[in-house]
Amino acid sequence: MLKTYKKFPQVAVVAVLAMGVAVSVAQADDDGDDDARGAGRSESRGEGHSGKYGGEDRGKPVQPAKLNAKWKQECSNCHIAYSPGLLPAESWRKVMAGLDKHFGSDASLDAQENKEITAFLVDNASNRWHAPTAPLRITESAWFKSKHDSHEISPSVWKDPKVKSAANCQACHTTAESGDYSERNIKMPR
Amino acid sequence: MFRISSVIGLVSVTVMTFVAQPAFAQTPNEVLASFKTAAAGEPNFQGFSAARGEQFFKAKHGKEWSCTSCHTDNPAAPGKHADTAKDIKPIAPSANAERFTDMAKVEKWFKRNCNDVLGRVCTPQEKGDVLSYLLTVKK
Repeated sequence: MLKTYKKFPQVAVVAVLAMGVAVSVAQADDDGDDDARGAGRSESRGEGHSGKYGGEDRGKPVQPAKLNAKWKQECSNCHIAYSPGLLPAESWRKVMAGLDKHFGSDASLDAQENKEITAFLVDNASNRWHAPTAPLRITESAWFKSKHDSHEISPSVWKDPKVKSAANCQACHTTAESGDYSERNIKMPR
Repeated sequence: MFRISSVIGLVSVTVMTFVAQPAFAQTPNEVLASFKTAAAGEPNFQGFSAARGEQFFKAKHGKEWSCTSCHTDNPAAPGKHADTAKDIKPIAPSANAERFTDMAKVEKWFKRNCNDVLGRVCTPQEKGDVLSYLLTVKK
């Protein structure tokens, strides 16, 4: 056992190289909640019949291995390009239909760009969202609220000027731009 | 053998040069010239003014934001999005050679940002004034 631990850095490096960073990043999900829906555990937790987070769960993977260049380019100007799996398909349809008034800013695209990016977002939207809801903001989804409640994140963190806005994922999720929100890459600003 | 490898070397250097220096579709002066063509159609057009452009850039226009809300008072410095705090590269061509080199991108962003700052599209006169100002800003 001890030997295995000692070798862990080398093993990890080899594994990452072998898998390719993009793939490992896109599928990283080490928050250990994958078994929550098994064996009726979600019901025993009183979370109802629609699954974890009342059916408002982000996708797995949250970001596909194959990305769309237009999405990356156009959606990362004012904020990082949020991974498609953070919201359900219907949310993305609504967001993309209202880009001229996008949370107070004009983020309009031409028709062709809009069509291509909408298709990418819808095709890769959350595959674990079972509720009939479709929030416009990622921060309004049940999984987000649960992961970022006051037990997890002290209210003072949100007021830190380096954070400024919940839209600023990369303030703490250092690898958010590559779709990696795993716990091991969280670094609180100080 | 030596010749072949030097040819390959030359080719790859040439390719890398193209990759390292993407050919820009326009120069900022060409973008300015096209604003001028558009503005010339307006009555009373008497050319662009960098001073008027600076005033326009730094003023509020009835809404919450001015251009400087994101681009800061110094167009040669990096900016920060007023809402999301995302970094914005400098807007002045002297500090960022990519700026104003793609007409479609220029028009896309003037449309968006003018809507955010003025609640309407900008006139060719206003766009030309602002670009004239930005071209005077030294790094």
